[in-house]
Amino acid sequence: MSALANTWRRLPFKAKAGAVLLGVFVLTAIIGPAVTPYDPSFQNPSQALSLAPPSAAHLLGTTQSGQDVLSQLLVGIRLTLELAVIVGVIATALSVLVGVTAAFLGGAWDEVLSLITNVFLVIPALPLLILLLGYLPQKGQLPTIIVLSGLGWPWGARVIRAQTLTIRNRDFVAASRESGEKTWRIIAFDIIPNEISLIAASFVNTVLYAIGASVALAFIGLADLNSWSLGTMLYWAQSQQALQLGAWWWFLPPGIAIALIGTALVLLNTGIDEFGNPRLRDARSATKIAGHRVEPTGPTPVLADLTARPSRVAALVHSFSRSSLLDETPAGGEIR
Amino acid sequence: MPFILRRLAFYAVAAWVALTLNFFIPRAMPGNAVQGIMAKFPDLQPSAYKALEAMLGVGHPGSLLNQYWNYLVDVFHFNFGTDVANYPASVSSLLVQTIPWTLVLVGAATVIAFVLGTGLGIVAGWRHGGWVDRWLPGLMFLQAIPYFFLALVLLELLAVKGHLFPLAQGYNGQIVPGWHWDFIGSAIDHSLLPALTIVLTSVAGWMLQMRNVMITTIGEDYVVAAQAKGLSSRRVVFTYAARNALLPQLQGFGLALGFVVQGALVMEIVFSYPGVGLLLLNAVTSTDYPLMQAIFLVITFTVLLANLICDVVIVFIDPRVRTREAAR
Repeated sequence: MSALANTWRRLPFKAKAGAVLLGVFVLTAIIGPAVTPYDPSFQNPSQALSLAPPSAAHLLGTTQSGQDVLSQLLVGIRLTLELAVIVGVIATALSVLVGVTAAFLGGAWDEVLSLITNVFLVIPALPLLILLLGYLPQKGQLPTIIVLSGLGWPWGARVIRAQTLTIRNRDFVAASRESGEKTWRIIAFDIIPNEISLIAASFVNTVLYAIGASVALAFIGLADLNSWSLGTMLYWAQSQQALQLGAWWWFLPPGIAIALIGTALVLLNTGIDEFGNPRLRDARSATKIAGHRVEPTGPTPVLADLTARPSRVAALVHSFSRSSLLDETPAGGEIR
Repeated sequence: MPFILRRLAFYAVAAWVALTLNFFIPRAMPGNAVQGIMAKFPDLQPSAYKALEAMLGVGHPGSLLNQYWNYLVDVFHFNFGTDVANYPASVSSLLVQTIPWTLVLVGAATVIAFVLGTGLGIVAGWRHGGWVDRWLPGLMFLQAIPYFFLALVLLELLAVKGHLFPLAQGYNGQIVPGWHWDFIGSAIDHSLLPALTIVLTSVAGWMLQMRNVMITTIGEDYVVAAQAKGLSSRRVVFTYAARNALLPQLQGFGLALGFVVQGALVMEIVFSYPGVGLLLLNAVTSTDYPLMQAIFLVITFTVLLANLICDVVIVFIDPRVRTREAAR
């Protein structure tokens, strides 16, 4: 437990903020459907409750047919997060499988698997998803999960392949191989544990992709429109002209929920990035010792060094050479 | 130039995969699409059944190989068959009407977002921890918003409440489309809000990547050397650091463009913008399979072409790509 607490303390602020925000939504997804004030599909026939603005009885107002928006939101967060997490798990497993296999087997296997990965990376996913789901006779959670997982793995696979290629040539892997370890054991106990942070980042990215894609698909109408997810809520709000009717309480809550979940995931990912590459950290995390700013990436400050006041150029050059001592890290992250 | 040739071969493979997927998906999916379409459009002549069958490959006239060949020939002649929802119109004529709208909108907005994001990224990377850096969490929030939802919010704030922009459509319906200033002005006026949506959501991605690469590049020895020589900050930033940091940015451009296009397609629906996205929505709601398939191909090919152009630009900008090839 104290080890866990220690790790938590060392996490960058962004990762903490992301984790807390995400935790709130996960909690909502777990207990939300049990505490809905109304049945989300129940259409209240009362005229006064058609497009009623937020009130004490309906905290987020009602839709055109008198349904409670808050109840829909609570159920919708569950459905959307559930789908995204399942897709994240399946697609990330596929990424690890393809990436590690390609890098480890090498040769023709690598060529073929890399080619497939790159081809599916460059073909835009959404039109293909629309085509696949459009041809399916019935829409729903399961077909969406299958199709999204089937197209969600290439990015992770490419990153994991690159990482596996470098780890594969390290000495400890060579040592394992020399001592007669089986290939699967090397992969499971030497390679994968060294890629955990990368796999975690790729999982977070895939969840982000799954939320974005599933919401967009539902918004177009390619989902089970009788179920309540954040996407179908927006679909109904759009198709029944919530905007034109001035019913902001109808389309804002699901959209803001999506944006907040997305922000939480992006923060979490940036945090993971900064954990691995301290240079990306916010300069404000630098601490002050004896009135001088000391970067977290810098070497342990020597007091004599700090008290002697260096000229500005010398300080600048010094700060550059310090960071250039750090090992090379691949530039950039995923652009979305 | 072997690098370009290799990329060309790769894009050819990708294009072939897209074509082949497009051919097999209708044949592999369960259910009879033809009967679905016939039921949905009672005004279709019974003779259209055969044509639909041939188009969707359900009736299997001829061997699969034969069908495949005919399909490829048709696609290369830009012949995607007759549209089912707008019956006498051909699919390609519908595409020709809508593609320019999307191309101009997404193209212009992406270039603006790229230039703006890269510029901000240079500043944020150089003045690490400065005021631009402090905006990062806010920009991340913008980046996490789906395009179409931001479009809804902007519409509500700036068009419904603010009356600053037109509500929907690509141009004023009272103006006859044509090459005259009334129409062009109206089209620009109507495209401002969609363009703003694209720029706002995509600028953070460019900025974040550029910032991160800048921070890494500034630590390089040659930048330190330039600084030590006493060159002006502007010179060091732009000709030493930013020029090199720009390369990963360009390498990511092609892939990022794919994401922008996808977001923009769904966004068009909110604005009722007369582009490919709205056409795609109509195709989905009316289960218009030929149109859906044609749109998939057109979007994929456009993204592939953009990637290829990007690669050509990289070869011109980065001498290392050329020399690495020469060394082989």
